[in-house]
Parts: sequence; C-alpha cells; structure tokens
Amino acid sequence: MSVLVNKDSKIIVQGFTGTEGTFHATQMIDYGTNVVGGVTPGKGGKYHLGKPVFDTVAEAVEKVGANVSLIFVPPAFAADAIMEAADAGIKVIVTITEGIPTSDMVLVKEFLKGKDCRMVGPNCPGVITPGEAKVGIMPGFIHKKGTIGIVSRSGTLTYEAVDQITKAGLGQSTCIGIGGDPIIGTSTKEAVELLMNDPETEGIIMIGEIGGNMEADAARWIKEHGTKPVVGFIAGQTAPKGRRMGHAGAIIGGADDTAAAKMKIMRECGLHVVESPASLGKTMLEALGRN
Amino acid sequence: MNLHEYQGKQLLRRYGVSVPVGFIANNSDEALSAAKKISDETNSTLWVVKAQIHAGGRGKGGGVKIAKSLDEVKQLASEIIGMQLVTHQTGPQGKMVNKVLVEQNVFYAGESEPKEFYISVLLNRETGRNIIMYTTEGGMDIEEVAANTPELIYKEEIDPRVGLQAFQARKIAFNLGLSGKAMKEMVKFVTALYKAYEGTDSSMFEINPVLKTSDNLILALDSKVSIDDNALYRHQDIAEMRDITEEDPAEVEAGKYNLNFVKLDGNVGCMVNGAGLAMATMDIIKLSGGDPANFLDVGGTANAVTVEAGFRIILKDPNVKAILINIFGGIVRCDRVAQGVVDAYKSIGNIKVPVIVRLQGTNAIEGKELIDASGLKVFSAITLKEAADLVKEVMV
Repeated sequence: MSVLVNKDSKIIVQGFTGTEGTFHATQMIDYGTNVVGGVTPGKGGKYHLGKPVFDTVAEAVEKVGANVSLIFVPPAFAADAIMEAADAGIKVIVTITEGIPTSDMVLVKEFLKGKDCRMVGPNCPGVITPGEAKVGIMPGFIHKKGTIGIVSRSGTLTYEAVDQITKAGLGQSTCIGIGGDPIIGTSTKEAVELLMNDPETEGIIMIGEIGGNMEADAARWIKEHGTKPVVGFIAGQTAPKGRRMGHAGAIIGGADDTAAAKMKIMRECGLHVVESPASLGKTMLEALGRN
Repeated sequence: MNLHEYQGKQLLRRYGVSVPVGFIANNSDEALSAAKKISDETNSTLWVVKAQIHAGGRGKGGGVKIAKSLDEVKQLASEIIGMQLVTHQTGPQGKMVNKVLVEQNVFYAGESEPKEFYISVLLNRETGRNIIMYTTEGGMDIEEVAANTPELIYKEEIDPRVGLQAFQARKIAFNLGLSGKAMKEMVKFVTALYKAYEGTDSSMFEINPVLKTSDNLILALDSKVSIDDNALYRHQDIAEMRDITEEDPAEVEAGKYNLNFVKLDGNVGCMVNGAGLAMATMDIIKLSGGDPANFLDVGGTANAVTVEAGFRIILKDPNVKAILINIFGGIVRCDRVAQGVVDAYKSIGNIKVPVIVRLQGTNAIEGKELIDASGLKVFSAITLKEAADLVKEVMV
C-alpha cells in the first residue's frame, strides 16, 4: 500500500516543457517514477524527454490513461490548469506552483467540490512514495522505503524530518507536502486520515506551522480516531504576530494561530509533541517503543 | 501589502462605498487648502486631521485631532506631520508621520443619534470562502469584542459561485438594528464594500468604525486594507500605492535580492532555505539560549550572491552576536552553498561574529569539508542537533 501515489500511478506533468517542468520531470523519471507524458497547450503531438506531449489533459487521460497530474504552471494560469485536470478526470492533482492569488483558489476549491479527485498543494513540494513514485520537487535520495508517513506544510522542513526518519532506520511510507498557502486542497487532517488508514504506515509525523487551525482539527480527529503514534511539531514558536513568515498562510492573526496554542491542543489530544525539530526522528523511535 | 487609510478610502470610493469628504496633505499648507475645499463641498465647520501610518491606535497616540478653525487645521497638521507617532502597534520607537488626511466632520446634529459599527471582509481559511464579519460594537478593538462578547459578532459567508446576495446584505443591516433609510443605505454600503474587496483582490478590508450619521447615511470612517501580494500582478495601480517608508529598510533591501526577510529584535541572525525550516531554525535558536534576530528565507537559489546579500543585511543589525546558516540541500547543492559562504565571507572581509553553517542533504559532506578547509572562523555542522549545540556554545 502507501497513499495517493505508487508505482502504478500514471503521471503527467502540466507545464511539462517549461524550465521547471523539464528539470523536475527528468529527476522524477530518473527516480523511476512512471511519467507517462505531459501537457503544454500548443505543443501537442511532440515528444519531450522521450514522453508524449498533449495539448489538453483530457487527451492525456484518453491516450495514455493518466490519473495523476503534477502542476508546474505559472501562478497566473495555475488555477485554470487545476480545473482542467479535475474536469478531465485526474484523480490526484499535485500543485507545486507558488504564488497563486487566493481569490483564484477560492474558486478552484468550489470547482473541486463533489468531483472525484484530490488536490494536494498548492505551494508544496509534492508527494513521494519512496521506491515507487516521486511526484514533486523533493530530493529523492534522502528517502527510504519504510513505515512512517509524513505530513507537512513546508518543503525543506519536510526533508529534515525525512532525513531524520531515514537515519533512525525507519524509512517512509508516503510523504505528503500539503503546502503553505491559506487555501489548500488537502488539509492536515485529511492527509493524516489517509495515512492512519494505510496498513503499511506504522507512525505519522505531522509538521505544522503558525496560522490557521488545521493542526488543531487534525489533533482532535487523531484523539477520536487515531490508532498509530503521531509525532508533531509546529514551526514558528518565535514568530511575531501579524507578519507573514514566507508562506502566504504562515501568519498569526489571533491567539489560536500561535505555535504554543497548537502544540497545547496537540499534546492534549495525545500527540508526541517535540519542542525542537532536531528530535523528530528520536521521538518517533521512542513513540514506537524502539529506542 | 498594507495600504494607508487614505489609499483604502480611494479604493472604497472607486467601488461606490461612501466615505467622508477628505483630501490628503503632505504639509500644513496643503492641509489648509484641503480644509477649505472640504468646507466648500460640505459646509463643514469642523475638520478631522488624521495621521497616515500603517498602524492602529492612532487616535489614542495623538495622531487624530479635531480642528475647530482653519488656523487650527494648519496648526494641527504641522504638529502631526513629522511627529514620531507611538501606538500599541508601532512599538516604542513609533512611526514617522509623513502625511495627514483632512476630512469633514461627520458627527453633525440631525434627526437621529449617530451610531458606530464594525464591518470587515476576509477569508475564512477553514471553509475557503470569504466572510463578512460585523458587530454593533463599532470603534472598539475587535479582538477585545471577540474575547469579551463573542455573541455580538456575526459572520456571513459568501458563496463564491454567486457572490454576495441582496438578502445577505439585508440580514446584515437588520442584525445591526437598522431600519428605514439607514437600512437601505447599509445594504448599498455592504454590497459595494464586498465588490471593493473582491475587485481589488484583497485579503482583508476592515472598516472600524462604520458610521450611521444623524441623517441616516452610512460612511466608512476608517479603512484598514491588505491586498493579496500574489494578486498584485493584476493590479498595477494598487501595486504603485506601496509606501516603502512604512517598511523596514533591511526588508526592502532584502526584497531586491528576492530574499524573504523579516526583521526581529533578537541577537542571533539566521539564513535558511525554505520558510518552514527558517521558522524552525528560529525556534532552535531560542531553545539554544539565543533569540532570533530575523527570519530569512533565501529560497531555492542559495548561491554566493544571495548568501552575500543575506550576510550584509543581517550584519547591519548591531544586536547580532552570531549567525546560523541552515541549508537543506535538495536541488541546491551544499558544496555550492559552502563555496558561496566562503566567497561571501572573504568578500565582506571583517565579519566579527561567529558564523555557524549547517549543511545537510545533497553533497553535505563535501560542503562541510570545504568550510573546514577554508581556514575561516566558520563552524560547520551536519545535523540540526550539532548546529543547535554550536549556537549554545557561541552564546555563552
């Protein structure tokens, strides 16, 4: 098992022939990911990186059976690309693009309602099931196939967790970078739920940050339904109020947005909360009783 | 991006939201002619002189005054412009006032008592939809209202497929206790306000207070507007409203190099790739006995140029006693970053504070070797724990 993507996923890249798309698609193919083609409107019929290019996502679904799409389309056109993928019947849409206007995402979120698809991101590193499929921009070599699921709003901080888990000898089942924007397709709770229901996942690392109430929601759900140890961390314990810390969604508005408030709820809900991100791996080993 | 009150009111006017008659002034002479123009248009014999800075609490800080004569307008404007205005949001050093907004007095006598409300439009992150939040408790700090009398705060969610509907605007007016002409005016006001919010791609439009005048007009007395930075590319006119004198000079400088920088008041500077890791690095500094002096995300392109720019910006802060560079190499190769650090260090010359470089990920070991062989006073680390311990060491 694993969640969202695996060796059988048929993956296309939207924004395939652009600089970013080309670079990362190459890395994905080198990793062994099943990239079946790409979409760049106007360049259909050509081949790029040895894979077919299509004008539309619908064509890619019809001709090569694409069911996962990775989006590198620039911010001004990304909302359209997401809706095109959903409309074409893509089941998992991973949006890497950073800087999509919030008002565009309000409409996208509405458009996706009731459709049989899941969006991850935007403004995220993507999803990886080690040894099977790398659908994103994360460095593949730090991952190792294993049993820990990772959910995180950030990129490099996820890599940090991955690295510690690999070095702890555990490895990862699937790592889901959910993204740092105010409106995202898959919430912390939804990602945790996927991993909680995955028989291959033994433990979960949940990394949040200041802003919003997703981590509190996830923590309450875990308290109610959790069956596996969850190690949690919230970045931004020292962040000031009212300032956007890099990510569009990382801003403290009210008291519930702070790292302290979130960590408190997470502790109350039985999560293993770490003060320092340097002890994620060690704490997971302890939580599994393997220290 | 935050706007000044007068800029927010320009946008409101553009969308048909009623605001008091007023003009912006850069000096006391302009304030005087603004006041004269206001009198010609409104017969107002009282004027309000309002300091324009990006912070709330201006009234309590002495930045908002009422003038009873034209001479007094001139006098107050000359006092307020150039003052260092201190409010609960500016910090103890305050903010320099460069402009005042001169407005008509709208608390004139009439058929009914004036009333103040609070109305804001913002995103509800939980549902991914916009909401209009409002209360009868106008003119007060909304967080206080939320803490003490949460039952007095109403929220109206907008369905993005159809936008704000008339029945919703009426509901808001009725919940605010309005009837007759005032109710109709409030419906117009709320409808135009929501259009302004959507049309400008704002992330927040807060009007506190909204005034019902004695003759039952509805006016936005103040405006606090934040525009979604990600949408500024399609609002060139609004992008031009940016006032860099309101921003920290170091943050403006960092922006030129595409560095995401937030100035803080601690003693350990940091430079990190990625926003989440940058926040986590700040937290580690705190746990190691220091205080973060800044947030700095160098993004996906950590090279000699960006590292040098980051160094220079951090070193401008005299409080900085140490610098922690934390790079997780993915696409970015650690040996290149290490070379960048060495080059930047040599190029700057006399860096007097200890520098700790933590490199992990792609080519981390090669990077560490490069640093160690450079002969510079730079400490190197591979794991986050080692980096934290080094911070502890240099902070003693």
